[in-house]
Amino acid sequence: MTAKIVTISSGKGGVGKTTTVANLAVALASEGKKVVCIDGDIGLRNLDVVMGLENRIVYDIVDIVEGRCKTRQAMIRDKRLPDLFLIPAAQTRDKNAVSPSDMIRLCDELRAEVDWVLIDSPAGIERGFRNAIAPADRVLIVTNPEMSAVRDADRVIGLLEAEEKAAPSLILNRLNPSLVRRGDMLSVEDVYDLLRIEVIGIVPEDENVIMASNKGMPLTLEGKSRAGQAFRNIARRLAGEQVPFLELEAQNLWERLARLGRK
Amino acid sequence: MSFFERLMGRKSAKSAKERLQMVLIHDRTDLTPAILEALKEELLAVIARHVDIDPSTIRVELENEGRSQRLIADIPLRPAARRKS
Repeated sequence: MTAKIVTISSGKGGVGKTTTVANLAVALASEGKKVVCIDGDIGLRNLDVVMGLENRIVYDIVDIVEGRCKTRQAMIRDKRLPDLFLIPAAQTRDKNAVSPSDMIRLCDELRAEVDWVLIDSPAGIERGFRNAIAPADRVLIVTNPEMSAVRDADRVIGLLEAEEKAAPSLILNRLNPSLVRRGDMLSVEDVYDLLRIEVIGIVPEDENVIMASNKGMPLTLEGKSRAGQAFRNIARRLAGEQVPFLELEAQNLWERLARLGRK
Repeated sequence: MSFFERLMGRKSAKSAKERLQMVLIHDRTDLTPAILEALKEELLAVIARHVDIDPSTIRVELENEGRSQRLIADIPLRPAARRKS
């Protein structure tokens, strides 16, 4: 196996990076791929709780880097998907405990063992971000259709250009189609016009995301939520499939029908 | 949104896009509106030394082209015949 290393970044915090990592990982692992997620947010780890694995942590990424355990020992196997693993961040260390070259070394080791490595980058553009992008073959930028999130995404895209990384792809998260239609939310086209990078996914705002994280069950695992479907589609596009952007149309049609019914 | 804009039914997404367009240009180029204004003044002074121009018709702007920016200066020249009058 030769894993693809994919880093999920955003600049701004709270736009849905961790949710995206958890759901893409679940979607890829459900397709029978071997997936490792790395929580790159040292000191503020969160991927473990979103995935519902917080009680299983023994070793973390700093233990690997400092040689206190083997990489395998820090890979927590998912409860539901046997081919999904998490390498948690350290909670009590500072982000300088890991360097970009540590990340490259760790990912090179994982490359031979799995199909996908997904790295959850911390917010900001400091050390943790540098660590997260250093080993990346591909970077996905998560943003929301909102002023500060788009601005910060642009900063991160600029930094990746300066690093001469391959052009990143965009995930527009928390799009509210009825606000867009009212003219009170930036549309996919608006955000594309501003950022000018390939759009790989559009995820509608969906209360199921919060419910799923409450339960520690990424919503891609179960059910037919629209956000879950969007994440599954992104995973398929990541793997090279051509998948049309269906979600918004579906909701438009549904809402149109609902409106007609009310008249 | 101003009262007038509300009256005209202007939507907030449109303001967001326009504001972001300006903000991103300045973030990407590190050129503030003040620097751009100074640049325009100096450019005008140099050009006016050689040809006759009407400062009110000058346009100096940053434009987007994909993810790159360019500085556009549009400087109409006065026709030579009118200069004497």
